[in-house]
Amino acid sequence: MKTFPIGGIHPSDCKKYSKDAAIEQFPIPASVTIPLSQHIGAPAVATVAKGDKVLVGQVIATAGGFVSSNIHSSVSGTVTAVDNRADAQGNLKPAITIAVEGDEWLEGIDRSGVKRVVELSAEEIVAKVKEMGIVGMGGATFPTHVKLSIPNGKKAECLIINAVECEPYLTADYRVMLEKGEQLLLGAQILAKAIGVERIYVGVENNKPDAIKHLQGLAKGQKGVVIVPLKMRYPQGGEKQLIAAVTGREVPSGGLPIDVGAVVQNVGTALAVYEAVMYNKPLIERVVTVTGSTLASPKNLLVRVGTPMSALIEYCGGMEGIGKVVAGGPMMGRAVSNIDAPVTKGTSGVLLIPTEDALRQVEGSCIRCAKCVEACPMGLEPYLLNTLTQRGDYDELEAHYMADCIECGCCTFSCPSYLPLLDWVRIGKAEVMKRIRERAAAKK
Amino acid sequence: MSSQKLVISPAPHTHGSNDTTRMMGDVLIALLPALVVAVLVYGFRALVVTAFSVACCVLVEWFVQKFMLKGPSTLGNLSAVVTGVLLAFNLPADINLGLVAIGAVVAIGIAKMTFGGLGKNPFNPALVARVFLLIAFPVAMTSFPEAANAVTGATPLAMAKEALAAGEPVSTVMQRVDLVDMSLGIQSGSMGEISVVALLLGFVWLLVRKVISWHIPVCVLGTMALFSGITWAISPEEFMSPLFHLCSGGAMLGAIFMATDYVTSPMTKKGMVIYAVGIGVITMLIRLWGAYPEGMSFAILIMNSLVPLIDKYVRPRRFGAVKSKK
Amino acid sequence: MGSLVTTVLVVSGLGALLALLLFLVAKKFRVEEDPRIDDVEKMLPGANCGGCGFAGCRGMSEALVKSDDISSLYCPVGGGECMKKIAAYLGKEAAEREPMVAVVRCAGSCENRPKTNRFDGASSCLIASSLYAGDTGCSFGCLGLGDCATKCEFGALSINPATGLPEVDEEKCTACGACVKACPKHIIELRKKAPKGRKVYVSCVNKDKGAVARKACKVACIGCGKCAKVCPFEAITVENNLAYIDFAKCKMCRKCVVECPTGAIVEFGFPPRKVAEVEPQTAKTE
Repeated sequence: MKTFPIGGIHPSDCKKYSKDAAIEQFPIPASVTIPLSQHIGAPAVATVAKGDKVLVGQVIATAGGFVSSNIHSSVSGTVTAVDNRADAQGNLKPAITIAVEGDEWLEGIDRSGVKRVVELSAEEIVAKVKEMGIVGMGGATFPTHVKLSIPNGKKAECLIINAVECEPYLTADYRVMLEKGEQLLLGAQILAKAIGVERIYVGVENNKPDAIKHLQGLAKGQKGVVIVPLKMRYPQGGEKQLIAAVTGREVPSGGLPIDVGAVVQNVGTALAVYEAVMYNKPLIERVVTVTGSTLASPKNLLVRVGTPMSALIEYCGGMEGIGKVVAGGPMMGRAVSNIDAPVTKGTSGVLLIPTEDALRQVEGSCIRCAKCVEACPMGLEPYLLNTLTQRGDYDELEAHYMADCIECGCCTFSCPSYLPLLDWVRIGKAEVMKRIRERAAAKK
Repeated sequence: MSSQKLVISPAPHTHGSNDTTRMMGDVLIALLPALVVAVLVYGFRALVVTAFSVACCVLVEWFVQKFMLKGPSTLGNLSAVVTGVLLAFNLPADINLGLVAIGAVVAIGIAKMTFGGLGKNPFNPALVARVFLLIAFPVAMTSFPEAANAVTGATPLAMAKEALAAGEPVSTVMQRVDLVDMSLGIQSGSMGEISVVALLLGFVWLLVRKVISWHIPVCVLGTMALFSGITWAISPEEFMSPLFHLCSGGAMLGAIFMATDYVTSPMTKKGMVIYAVGIGVITMLIRLWGAYPEGMSFAILIMNSLVPLIDKYVRPRRFGAVKSKK
Repeated sequence: MGSLVTTVLVVSGLGALLALLLFLVAKKFRVEEDPRIDDVEKMLPGANCGGCGFAGCRGMSEALVKSDDISSLYCPVGGGECMKKIAAYLGKEAAEREPMVAVVRCAGSCENRPKTNRFDGASSCLIASSLYAGDTGCSFGCLGLGDCATKCEFGALSINPATGLPEVDEEKCTACGACVKACPKHIIELRKKAPKGRKVYVSCVNKDKGAVARKACKVACIGCGKCAKVCPFEAITVENNLAYIDFAKCKMCRKCVVECPTGAIVEFGFPPRKVAEVEPQTAKTE
């Protein structure tokens, strides 16, 4: 069975808590707070003001540049504030707050039945994706239309649907595969048309045998769609790892997936693209896994963007005995200090960690066991990057390919001395990336 | 706001089962069969020496950490215990306990804590102590008690070396040793090195628990077998067979437990192979043409000193490495 | 006898050969350098702190020797004395600068600013600040993980375990600016050093609106502007809900300290006030 070439770890997948919970529509809250920056790139610019009436699906902020995204209202009601709100990490960020009144949708959004015929051309699809504010829903939230705009001189050869969901605990993509498999594959076909390719690979890890079977059944009649079962291993859902696992090609150091002819899209994104193109439905809701080992009722919820996380937590069992809240999965998710912060386009899960597991172990000293070197999927030497960062030797860091780091967390996960390797490495990477950018800017 | 404060930390928010204490504990478990054999062959005394060595090492580490480095206790990671057991395994069973204490001071006090403690020592502490004792107290370190059924007080390696130097052919030397006995542990030698079977059992445990990878032990032993195999093939009456070399002396103990010490071995698989081949070659050079009958500890220490160099030049295979650049 | 002669000959021959080799190599790779650079380097404090903007004292001395105008170069550690000496040696004009000292502009001790969560990452302000807003309600204040203290080459900064805030030892502080650069929250500022360690400054960098700031921290600057009104020297400006005292204009009359309703403006090194003078003001603030 296929997998990526180097490194990787085998965390316990912990998906059992929420994997059998069917996707459930979460009730619309009394008020939503929609941040203007839910994607990588420039924040969107608000186009509504306090007191404006908005409908579900109405544009409330427009993209602030090419690498940016439109933002739509996820509810109908009255705008009560356009100001700065604390995000999940407590930082004040511009956001639009809307008091909910009913659930009136904008005209032209048709959500009935499964539509199978794509009438739009490739350019029209990309334009539609851009208009509907679709971003990568795996967590990185890179605007999808940018990914679909193949740079001059490059050619896409295949589309890879990232159905790996290698983060432990999370089951949102898994549930989508089981419940909306057909729409998902239609979305993939639309994406393939947009970038002009005929081959579609869907990479699924073998810890989800029923999803593999279900998708294989659906893919039977479809031309060019191949479901690729992958051997379970983290971080298989990393873009570069997935491409290597599926196609055997390695994205060159410093390069992009398109350099090896691949475009990768997440399951959630494919579904959102399907809904955008077929129903005119903007990205205003998403499936969020709310889970945890001690949670009373872990669930997969279809949530409107802007709903406070605390409402979800309350719905699934509350904060009793919880010591840490993570937005996303346990490997790459971000710890939340403000649980009243809203669900955004990139929130794939809300993980509740019980108090007894919340704190890290006391760190020891490096015993040079090389477990981190073994685990690093990019073939780097985390122990060295860690010391070089602490020493502030950024030239050496760059020479040791710091920029290749994908921040997957395998090094910290595997360190027997509980060293916070990635904590430091991330700082080193940020500084090295800054230097690289400055050099590039100076050249121009 | 709930009364309980949420914990905030950077990702990842989960940790694997790797743990220094657990891994050291696994090493100790892996050493158990060899200890059992030592007790069976040399009696209760073997246990006394091991326990005393462990106690001394732990005491020295505690003392240095508390009064000289003034840091928190590091005994919890069990590394001092492992060093203590390994030190004892490198000594004759009837050694004077005073020498054991000196060995512990050299191993922990000088070879380990001087450099800042676990993870920072360039040389394997137990081996530094062994070599120190070997050079300072050569007689005490090379006279072994009569093991049950063992032929002489000298190790098979020393006996063979002497006999071959005196011009005896291999065939007559081989009449005095029994390879089956040797592999079971019925031979003279340091406490922990005598039983090939027991040490291999430990190796399997370490592999199963993923404490070490196969690279270093297999490459060390493979190189030794190849080296001695070539000399043996060229002149079977002048050189002992590869099987004899693998079963005698510290080959197994060194390859499985001493050379694989994390702190003093390379970080990459490729580096490990280079390091292990170096150990194998140097060991055989010393065994065949050096002044000492056994060269394992010297070989490991010599290669220890090359580890920083190996780590500097041998890099792991990088994902998506671009060959044309630079 | 023969072997002895051979030994002597071989060894001396080898020696001569190597000496020649060394001589040639030294000649070939010789770097011409102004000898004054070494002299100047010796005059500098040798702390290699980087406070001058160069990587170390060597870089600074090279710049001092090579550039004609050295008025833009200044060694904060050696101070005016040191610069004068070097300038005299080089026959150039030295820059005159007032002695400075690092000042920590945050008074959010555990008591003034309750913790709202618990940070459990590697102990570094840089890591914490890149992760989130901080472990209190104030997203501007000191994180207390001591990057400034770690970066201080002179041992002048230390975290006070009681308050969780860094404290500057004015005796040891050389105003090299390493802590200013190290602080990801930009809390530490170099301010004019006054005799007896006197200073008056706004010990807060919170730009939140008054109510938000006050809720997070008892001694936050709420940007009320009273201090700016009372200041006779126009030394105080209020921008983004935050007051700032320009130390070039401040005459240390301390009127603002009395006026400040939250106690965000602090004074150090002054003899204690008469009780009568303070009382009505404190009564007003409580």
